[in-house]
Amino acid sequence: MDFVNAIILLLNYIFIPALTYGSQLALGAIFVTLIYGILRFANFATGDMMSFGTMMTILFTWYFQSLGVSLGVLPTALLAIPFGIIFMIFYMLLIDKFVFKYYRNQKSPPVQFAMVSIGVMFVTQAVVRIIIGPGDRRFFDGEKFIIKAREFKEMTGLNEGLALKSTQVITIFVTIVLVSLLFWFLNRTKTGKSMKAYSDNEDLALLSGIDPKKIVLVTWVIAGILATIGGALYGLDKSFKPFTYFNNMLPIFAAAIVGGIGNPFGAFLGGYVIAFSEILLTYAYKKFFMYILPESMEPSSLVQLLSTDYKFAVSFSILVIVLIYRPSGIFKGKVL
Amino acid sequence: MRKNLNVIAAYSVMMVLILMVGIFQSWNIALSIFNLCLISAVMTMGANIQWGYAGLINFGIMGYTALGGLAAVLISVDPVQEAWRAGGFDIIMSLWLIVVMVLVIRFVLKRFEKSNIRTYSIAAIIISGILLIRFSAEPGIEAIEAVDPAKTGFLGGFGLPIIFSWIVGALFAGGLAFIVGKVALGLRADYLAIATLLISEIVIAIIKHEDWLTRGVKNVIGLKRPAPYEVDLQTTDWFIKLVEKFNSGKLSVIENLADRQAALNQLVIEGSSVFVKLCYSGLFLVVVIILLILTQKALYSPWGRMMRAIRDNEEAANAMGKNVVKQHLLIFILGSAIVGIAGAMLVTQDGLFTPGSYRPMRYTFLIWVMVIVGGSGNNFGAILGGFVVWFLWIEAAPISLFLINFFTAGIPETNALKAHLIESVPYFRFLLMGLGLLFIMRYRPKGILPEKIEIK
Repeated sequence: MDFVNAIILLLNYIFIPALTYGSQLALGAIFVTLIYGILRFANFATGDMMSFGTMMTILFTWYFQSLGVSLGVLPTALLAIPFGIIFMIFYMLLIDKFVFKYYRNQKSPPVQFAMVSIGVMFVTQAVVRIIIGPGDRRFFDGEKFIIKAREFKEMTGLNEGLALKSTQVITIFVTIVLVSLLFWFLNRTKTGKSMKAYSDNEDLALLSGIDPKKIVLVTWVIAGILATIGGALYGLDKSFKPFTYFNNMLPIFAAAIVGGIGNPFGAFLGGYVIAFSEILLTYAYKKFFMYILPESMEPSSLVQLLSTDYKFAVSFSILVIVLIYRPSGIFKGKVL
Repeated sequence: MRKNLNVIAAYSVMMVLILMVGIFQSWNIALSIFNLCLISAVMTMGANIQWGYAGLINFGIMGYTALGGLAAVLISVDPVQEAWRAGGFDIIMSLWLIVVMVLVIRFVLKRFEKSNIRTYSIAAIIISGILLIRFSAEPGIEAIEAVDPAKTGFLGGFGLPIIFSWIVGALFAGGLAFIVGKVALGLRADYLAIATLLISEIVIAIIKHEDWLTRGVKNVIGLKRPAPYEVDLQTTDWFIKLVEKFNSGKLSVIENLADRQAALNQLVIEGSSVFVKLCYSGLFLVVVIILLILTQKALYSPWGRMMRAIRDNEEAANAMGKNVVKQHLLIFILGSAIVGIAGAMLVTQDGLFTPGSYRPMRYTFLIWVMVIVGGSGNNFGAILGGFVVWFLWIEAAPISLFLINFFTAGIPETNALKAHLIESVPYFRFLLMGLGLLFIMRYRPKGILPEKIEIK
């Protein structure tokens, strides 16, 4: 019985939260990796683009709420996400036309692109803060829990409760669907294959008649979908605050590089690697050991490897280690 | 003279702008802008040495700034005897453990051939070392943090004059840069950027949460000053006489003796804070000028030529027998050390150390905007960038408020859109910075004062 309790404890505090957080990171990391692989630059505006998409989603959520439209038990935001995506893609294409296109035609070095993306980051940050303000916003509605901890305890008679938030289930479900669709698109359709070819060898791809304009357009469309959904899911699960989104750029970068930059599948797994290591290393295992060890061996301290303050630092340290020992990432991307 | 005309013109415009702030807003504001411009200029000089001279991209400026600030705390604060008694021994033992760990790793690296086993054993040494240090230091840290937590709760510093911290800050930052450079300098440019950014976040996380050393988010306030205190000045005779002399024209108009005294008191209070700021300006100006002379000398020396050669064509320089790796590391350390000086100067001026305020927007990306806008590779350009961008960063809110009011003059005050815009005035500075950066990158990619290399 104690063993089951211990397992439930880990599920509740480590496995499910890490899976949710990892999914959110994974979407962002695929966004970073696609931009890197196809447009060939590190996009420092990642976090702020995600916050722009989320902001549009929130605005539409409010609009639908004011109309009285809702999805019942599901959050209204799910209905608003498609509209958010449209605006996000529109904004990205606008930026591409007025900013990135010039440097692409000039064949500027990646560093210059990165600098330009910092300009975009400043502008996007300003736009988001001017439209919706810098404050913390919650836009979740509908049923909050699928299983409540107390109900679970009553149902099973265990000491430990397992709480399952609906946002967690939605996040994981949406991520699985979206990522499967994306990989199907990249590996099975003609456009997807030509994107891969363009990413592998630009000159060769151009010679074989691939239209670079179309590739760029499709990349931004996919990026817009990923950024908006990733951002909105994070906002639903936690809350929306422009500054947090800017900060989330860092673990997202870490995930993309750990997974092997330019490799979407690596980025997807990288998200989970970062999320799980962050949570595994900063969780206090005292209670877990209390369940599985006999009473005489119970630990007196918290059995915490690192204090939770270092959550972010963990993912960055992993990144640094990966950069030193396997610069191409765990799952072989481009060699940096 | 003629070839330096654009430099002189650009600096004159900048000075006129600051003087205008002094005349129209107040001399206090103008001087605080000027002081921070000088500090920003030091930071941009550091970044410019790395980016402009050597083409190394360092997005970790925030981390080095914070380390400089930490140096200011550790140098100037008086030691907390009680905390040393409570946990000093444990901390020193932990430091010894770190030294031992580093030595063991060095031994393993030297003694054994490169292999998987060596890599794993080093990893094992590091992990077990960290665990050991964590468990051995825990009681000491807890004891230190329990010593009067509302006031101290940390080890304190050395109680020396804060000016020394400017040098120590440079050493700290240079030390960190040595480690970072060893680890990350082999990476390609945009990955170096990400790696340095993330490492600086780790540094901030440590400074924020190791309360026994830095007091963490509880902040350290009331640091010693290299300049006199306003309160003391207000009661000093020579200072009151000085203010009286300066404002004799204004004061003589007032007939009533009591009124004149009240006016004089007011002037003394204002004058004292202006005087203190002027003291800081003088100190900072000395630093900026010394650094400018040194960096200019370096730029035109054989060493500077070598750096440019490495920047422009690494392989060719390598083929000519220049040690690229070593020079990169050297310049990375030098640039970071200068940023460290700026960090210590900043804390000296503020008189407080707030780890929570170190954010990448303000301390990394803004500095980069300064370097790019000012002109990378040109020291005068970098300093000008620091001045222009900091000036706009501060004055963006008043300017945009004015513009909003101007363009929406016909709309009544109650209009929701107008009210919303006026409420979000502080965020227009981000817009201004972003647009400024984008326009400069597009239409003047070498910055306001581009790099100009004369062969002498």
